[in-house]
Amino acid sequence: MTLRDGHAAMPEPEDFVLSCPIPIREYPQVLLAHGGGGKLMHALIEKMFLAAFENPLLATRHDGAVVDLNGGRIALTTDSYVVRPLFFPGGNIGTLAVNGTVNDLAMCGARPLFLTAGFILEEGLPMETLWRVVRSMQEAAAAAGVQIVTGDTKVVDKGKGDGLFVNTAGLGVVPPGRVIAPDRVRPGDAVLLSGDVGRHGMAIMAVREGLTFESEIDSDCAPLVEPVMALLDAGVEVHCLRDLTRGGLASGVIEIAQAAGVHVALDERAIPVRQDVRGACEVLGLDPLYVANEGRFVAFVAPADAERALQLLRGHPLGAGASLIGRVAESHPHGLVTMTTEIGATRVVDMLSGEQLPRIC
Amino acid sequence: MKFIDEYRDARAARKLAAAIARVTTRPWNIMEVCGGQTHAIVKFGIDELLPPQITLVHGPGCPVCVTPVELIDKAVEIAPLPGVIFCSFGDMLRVPGTNGDLLSAKARGADVRVVYSPLDALAVARANPERQVVFFAVGFETTAPANALAVAQAQREGMRNFTLLVSHVLVPPAMEAILASPSNRVQGFLAAGHVCTVMGYEEYAPIAARYRVPIVVTGFEPLDILEGVYLCVRQLEEGRVEVENPYARSVRREGNREARRLIAEVFQVVPRRWRGIGEIPQSGLGLRPAYAEFDAERRFGLAGHGVEEPSECRSGLVLQGVLKPHECPAFGTRCTPEHPLGATMVSSEGACAAYYRYRGVPVRAASS
Repeated sequence: MTLRDGHAAMPEPEDFVLSCPIPIREYPQVLLAHGGGGKLMHALIEKMFLAAFENPLLATRHDGAVVDLNGGRIALTTDSYVVRPLFFPGGNIGTLAVNGTVNDLAMCGARPLFLTAGFILEEGLPMETLWRVVRSMQEAAAAAGVQIVTGDTKVVDKGKGDGLFVNTAGLGVVPPGRVIAPDRVRPGDAVLLSGDVGRHGMAIMAVREGLTFESEIDSDCAPLVEPVMALLDAGVEVHCLRDLTRGGLASGVIEIAQAAGVHVALDERAIPVRQDVRGACEVLGLDPLYVANEGRFVAFVAPADAERALQLLRGHPLGAGASLIGRVAESHPHGLVTMTTEIGATRVVDMLSGEQLPRIC
Repeated sequence: MKFIDEYRDARAARKLAAAIARVTTRPWNIMEVCGGQTHAIVKFGIDELLPPQITLVHGPGCPVCVTPVELIDKAVEIAPLPGVIFCSFGDMLRVPGTNGDLLSAKARGADVRVVYSPLDALAVARANPERQVVFFAVGFETTAPANALAVAQAQREGMRNFTLLVSHVLVPPAMEAILASPSNRVQGFLAAGHVCTVMGYEEYAPIAARYRVPIVVTGFEPLDILEGVYLCVRQLEEGRVEVENPYARSVRREGNREARRLIAEVFQVVPRRWRGIGEIPQSGLGLRPAYAEFDAERRFGLAGHGVEEPSECRSGLVLQGVLKPHECPAFGTRCTPEHPLGATMVSSEGACAAYYRYRGVPVRAASS
């Protein structure tokens, strides 16, 4: 029996077709692009998850939720990690699982405190591999000042997992009066970037595809709590923060522009990209602005505080390469991001539908 | 970055643009042949710097865009077969065929792998002797040498589990087809620099003479493209018809002899269908009879089947420079990168995708 026969023979559950808000006739199966950080993923989140779980906290569409609880305010977030290969220059799935969740909390303006860790292990995974990952998580948690306080372990049959999947959830506290969210973004805000972009994605791609370049590209995976707190503790008027993971800098800024309803004007020449990363992107036909990072963020800050914020960031090792990459120009009904190109012309920066695919020639 | 930054210098770009404006007295339509050039023009906003009389018309040089639907269908048919590993360049995966694209085939369980070179596919075949490895050999003269090399190597090693699904196309016949068309409005060409790196530019002289069009061998960085436009406009204004090569840092008159020898050994010139344009005689490459055992269509016994394009897609007119992407009624509404009607909306080198990505909001607003 061919696959197609098998597919046709499967009865479609009719009530699901009728009630599912995603036009599943167009995508009867989940594609990899649904997890790529682009338009397909946003459509899935918006039409399926947001529609089903609808509530005001979810509707803010931030990296985490900030909840008022008995007079205090806590931030809550979760993330799953499915990276292949498990180990790469500059980190591994364990460091990602801790730093990624810590960073999502930091982007809410929270001081991260506690993490949970769920492990889905594939039968046959070398115990040594698991131990290396766990040790990395221990070190990353200590570096970020969080404790892993509860967890879960499941083992699936060989072939039903990719070695090791990790889920972490995180909890942090937000001081009273601190609100970091897209709807606080205002025309005139300065857009600061904490360092060079594109390193994590290219590090992974180089290892995964066996590409060798003159030098090894290492991931930027790092906890962003300290540089963020450096801004907030100094009283900088920070309106919005976003760590630039899947979909890269471009997608992160577009998400904020759309959520805030503003036109953001970026300057391509001010965006730092390391030479080796640029070279690798040129070879593969990829745009570094859409490549994933794991230790970079953008901060939208009040114009009067821009210069001070930049100096504060640069004073921290994880923000040493920080730069002012653009401004919020004006309100815009649907959100818009434009960019002054390297040769001084202007163009629109749009979200991709899925992951970038390397070109042919 | 060395060898790139000096060709993206903003001040030099303005200077060249000013020089173009100085020599331009009339309207001219100039076609950049290669999709990589189209991408650069739209990404950097190069056309914004040009005087309004100069119209850059986007050409057919996007391998993904011109690969005919029936080849995509064959790929989607072969990929899920038991024992097959189907290898392809990344940007072929989203191109819609009649029964979906390769990404959907992958989602249904087919073993579809993205590779960066046919030699990677060859390595996959060596590592999996019990599986049949098929490489989707698409592209212009630029990808042909590596594909030829892979086949020659597979033959030397006596490999029985490696084949190519070949959809190679050639640039000069497509330029001729455009010039010979009654709706042609192209008055000068920026020839595709990378193609010329392989093939040289001797074959362009007869085309320039026959159709009275200047042809300038052009690279892919902003300054390369501006220089190409400048030289082309100067020829047009002065009434000259020549083949010029300002891209000498990469292109020699005779091209790369060894690469041409390899292509000629493994491939022969055949008629080829171009998606959206139709069949162009002597416009493609197919495997020579001596290498027929590496032909996937033969290995898997696929008969040719005619396929209709979705009627609404105007990619053929876009590829011939008759229509600009946003002039298509479906652009940005019924045709988007998420739901492409045609391949020009898929590939990063496709004119429609480039317009959607880099011109998106204003262009869509203007066309609605």
